[in-house]
Amino acid sequence: MSEVRFTEQHEWVRVDGDEATIGITKYAAEQLGDVVYVELPEAGRKVGAGGEAAVVESVKAASEVYAPVGGEVTGSNDALSGDPAKVNADPEGEGWFFKLKLADKSEFSKLMSAEQYAEFVKGI
Amino acid sequence: MRYHPLTPDDRLAMIERIGVTSVDALFRDVPASAVVPLSAFDLPDTQGELEVERKLTRIAAKSVAAGAGPFFCGAGAYRHHVPASVDHLIQRSEFLTSYTPYQPEIAQGTLQYMFEFQTQVALLTGMEVANASLYDGSTATAEAVLMAQRITRRPKAILSGGLHPHYSETVETMAELSGQVVRANATPGKPDDVIALIDDKTACVVVQSPDVFGLIRDLRPIAAAAHAKGALLIAVVTEAVSLGLLEAPGFQDADIVAAEGQSIGNGLNFGGPYVGLFATREKYLRQMPGRLTGETADAAGKRGYVLTLSTREQHIRREKATSNICTNSGLCTLAFTIHLSLLGEEGLTRLARLNHVRACALADRLAKVKGVNVITPAFFNEFTVKLSRPAAEVVEALAGRGIIAGIPVSRLMPHDPNVRDLLIVAVTETSTDEDCDALAKALAEVLS
Amino acid sequence: MTMNNQGRPSAPGTIDNHELATISGDRGLDHEEPLIFEIGRDGMTGVDLPNVQIADTRLGGMRRRQPIGLPGLSEPEVVRHYVRLSRMNYAIDAGLYPLGSCTMKHNPRLNEKMARLPGFGDLHPMAPQSTVQGALEVISELMKWLTTLTGMPAVAMSPKAGAHGELCGLLTIRAAIAARGETRRRILVPESAHGTNPATAAFAGFTIDEVKGTADGRVDMIELEGKLGPDVAAIMLTNPNTCGLFERDIRHMADATHKAGAYFYCDGANFNAIAGRVRPGDLGIDAMHINLHKTFSTPHGGGGPGAGPVVLSEALAPFAPLPLLVHDDRGFRLIEDRDELPAGARPFGRMSAFHGQMGMFVRALAYMLSHGRDGVRQASEDAVLSANYILASLKDVMSAPFGDGPCMHEALFDDSFLEGTGITTLDFAKAMIDEGYHPMTMYFPLVVHGAMLIEPTESESKESLDRFIHVLRELALEATARNTARFDGAPHYAPRRRLDETAAARKPVLRWRQKDLPQAAE
Repeated sequence: MSEVRFTEQHEWVRVDGDEATIGITKYAAEQLGDVVYVELPEAGRKVGAGGEAAVVESVKAASEVYAPVGGEVTGSNDALSGDPAKVNADPEGEGWFFKLKLADKSEFSKLMSAEQYAEFVKGI
Repeated sequence: MRYHPLTPDDRLAMIERIGVTSVDALFRDVPASAVVPLSAFDLPDTQGELEVERKLTRIAAKSVAAGAGPFFCGAGAYRHHVPASVDHLIQRSEFLTSYTPYQPEIAQGTLQYMFEFQTQVALLTGMEVANASLYDGSTATAEAVLMAQRITRRPKAILSGGLHPHYSETVETMAELSGQVVRANATPGKPDDVIALIDDKTACVVVQSPDVFGLIRDLRPIAAAAHAKGALLIAVVTEAVSLGLLEAPGFQDADIVAAEGQSIGNGLNFGGPYVGLFATREKYLRQMPGRLTGETADAAGKRGYVLTLSTREQHIRREKATSNICTNSGLCTLAFTIHLSLLGEEGLTRLARLNHVRACALADRLAKVKGVNVITPAFFNEFTVKLSRPAAEVVEALAGRGIIAGIPVSRLMPHDPNVRDLLIVAVTETSTDEDCDALAKALAEVLS
Repeated sequence: MTMNNQGRPSAPGTIDNHELATISGDRGLDHEEPLIFEIGRDGMTGVDLPNVQIADTRLGGMRRRQPIGLPGLSEPEVVRHYVRLSRMNYAIDAGLYPLGSCTMKHNPRLNEKMARLPGFGDLHPMAPQSTVQGALEVISELMKWLTTLTGMPAVAMSPKAGAHGELCGLLTIRAAIAARGETRRRILVPESAHGTNPATAAFAGFTIDEVKGTADGRVDMIELEGKLGPDVAAIMLTNPNTCGLFERDIRHMADATHKAGAYFYCDGANFNAIAGRVRPGDLGIDAMHINLHKTFSTPHGGGGPGAGPVVLSEALAPFAPLPLLVHDDRGFRLIEDRDELPAGARPFGRMSAFHGQMGMFVRALAYMLSHGRDGVRQASEDAVLSANYILASLKDVMSAPFGDGPCMHEALFDDSFLEGTGITTLDFAKAMIDEGYHPMTMYFPLVVHGAMLIEPTESESKESLDRFIHVLRELALEATARNTARFDGAPHYAPRRRLDETAAARKPVLRWRQKDLPQAAE
């Protein structure tokens, strides 16, 4: 059963067993504008929760993307190198950034639910 | 004052509109004790053009211009003939007094010539992609080393003994902050064995060709050795015209080319401003420092150019930028582009052959002079000679006779006792047979 | 009457406003211009050179085998090409450039003439020093002007641009700290700083600690003092700051910094506001780079070249980079060799080959000699007066976050006044292009939203300022009245409409490439 949770840094993470898929939220993609490039982590890299994992670039800005949960990177979305526009078109689906093997499941449950995140965004 | 259009009446009207009683009131945040009277500055007052011209012309007359007599200095700056159109065009208001093209709709002139420049540099160096220039060849070399350290994630840079000492010193200043710089010993007239120094901590090997002594190097074996150990080859070229005759570093498998473009379009200018050329492989594009212009289209579908991949740069990435660089060489870059456009393939290749022929003729002439030994076997337009007396003294003696004979190696390497007799001699299309004869004759006299 | 059949219409008839497409695609004096690679032809050249053949025997086997691929053009074609390109550029000579933090003042042509004197321009940097005394004298004169105007004892001349100067300053600080036997790795930088500041600090191996600003646009003195500590190497401030305001507490900040054993680096980009009136040395700075292409009028040239000499305090002067310039009874001399250093000198190394941007030194010195100390002071006063005149004339229709007090040489606005209109700072700026103005600095400093930073400089007449103010007022009123026509899809009248920067970044095309030639029909 997969569940999606959100961070205050506007990342989403979907967990299936001990595999997590991570990307940026629709709100973040809108704020960023046209995504032109994504720098993704290599498989095997270990990141802690809150650690810098990727960089997403628009024409005028470069933003760090943090790992919502810690673990070892198992792969990234190679399709984004040829078509970064996927991040704008479907940020919470086909525009995913990378996957990792969860180190600690409890980190996931501390994150916001979809409703909580929606409230959080309203307050910005 | 001729540059200040506001009149006293204007100022009064403006002060009134602002609602203060004097201009001083606008400076109210400045601590009163920090405001100094004019008399505190031991400097002259306003002068008209006539006075300024007179003063500066008098000072200029105290130097001996390179064109005043036989002249043979090189070692990173070369005297070439620049066609009159170049200087005329770069002084057009729209080039001279325009800003960095951050508003592309009204800067297509600048952006298009930058695109042409990037293409010219890629073609000359045989590389896939080039930027829109850095400050000069030495800082370009330092940036190349930093880039190699980033790409390979290794600390060590190996500098060939034939690299211009100023370039080596610049690299040391910049690259020792992020790693280790190893300088191979200089071996004037012979290729140094830089391959033996490459290990698995090596980020890059930096080799200049033609080197500071004028020697042409074959980069391919060095590239192979570097790649075998996972390191990059950085090729340095200080005489851009040599690329009109010699094999491009890109076709010798270089990973990054850092070069000095001054020879094309830009005068000697006592050391600056010059123009740094920087080119690399497509796959390293995002690690490249400096400005980049890219082709695109506007809302009406017309082809146009914009600054692009700016996220590498300081104004966006700030502390994560690939470099802190803000300006490029602007007008010097334009001068390069225009001169090279005038030369074209035919002109540049002829110019290069002409330089080489003159250098060969002078080398032959000097080899016949007692006390002079040409030690560079393969060269473009610059070679090193061994004299029977310390070269620095010989240069001073010849300067007294109105001949600027070249650069004593001891000036570049003051602590190496083995180089005191060595003189670097450069010849370009601007040297005549009479100049070369004068040099040979004067050397013969001074060395007898 | 005496018959005269030479009559011809001499006044235009009514104009048919319907846009007539031209055959060529060009419109009057506006020409489209292809790339040199699209114009050139094989074998053509614009330079006549003898065609010498060579023996390959002395090239070490490294003769180029493939053609380079450069296009060939005649001189008239090259001249026309670049003249046409030039006409697609805005320039100071053609109009006001209100670019905050860039100081787009007039570039006097006298300076160009002086820089081209053979006694300056036709000198090799390593010619025997006895033959280049005039050039060394110019550098020495310029050093005197820079140290006198700033009230500092020393200046390093070799940095090639402002950012390069920042690096030089930080490297002297690093060397000074190392000489004390200490290790300090943190640098305090205001959040309003120009991007080169943190970029340079990171480059020089420091970590950056950001200091917030106060509600009145200055650096928060309390927070700054709180962040000082034994691991802080330096603070990097700009004064006047990037919001165009003078840092009132600057002496206090300098004292606190020195007490904590750290150094004060000042970004001199805004020196035009105070030159001739205030000496940064009196404020307690240790190092400051001066952008000769800003305060001292050397031309911006479409992006360069610049020059960034760095004035240094007594504490930092010993660490200035090579080469040094000395003047004694032997004349002027460059010291390039560590064995010949004057007593106490401990240079950290070299910033670049040779000794600095001589071409820009001559231009800057010509500017300084022309202005004199009184002209320099007048320039700063007029610059500050003009900026305040703009601020006072526009703050009722635009939003000025710090509009209650005077500004220095630049006036900062933000996009609050555009709220709810759907018009952004970018749209506003692009509409200015249609009005014949280069936009002001946009989105900098980052501390206000949608920043618009306007710096008129002292080079504008009151008529020019009034015209500018009038246009901005009208644009602001149109925007707040939500008349979006001028802003939608602006600019409409520039050589290009808005360009697709997204496509340029997603699929970078950074050079021209020979297209595949069409195959001949079988």
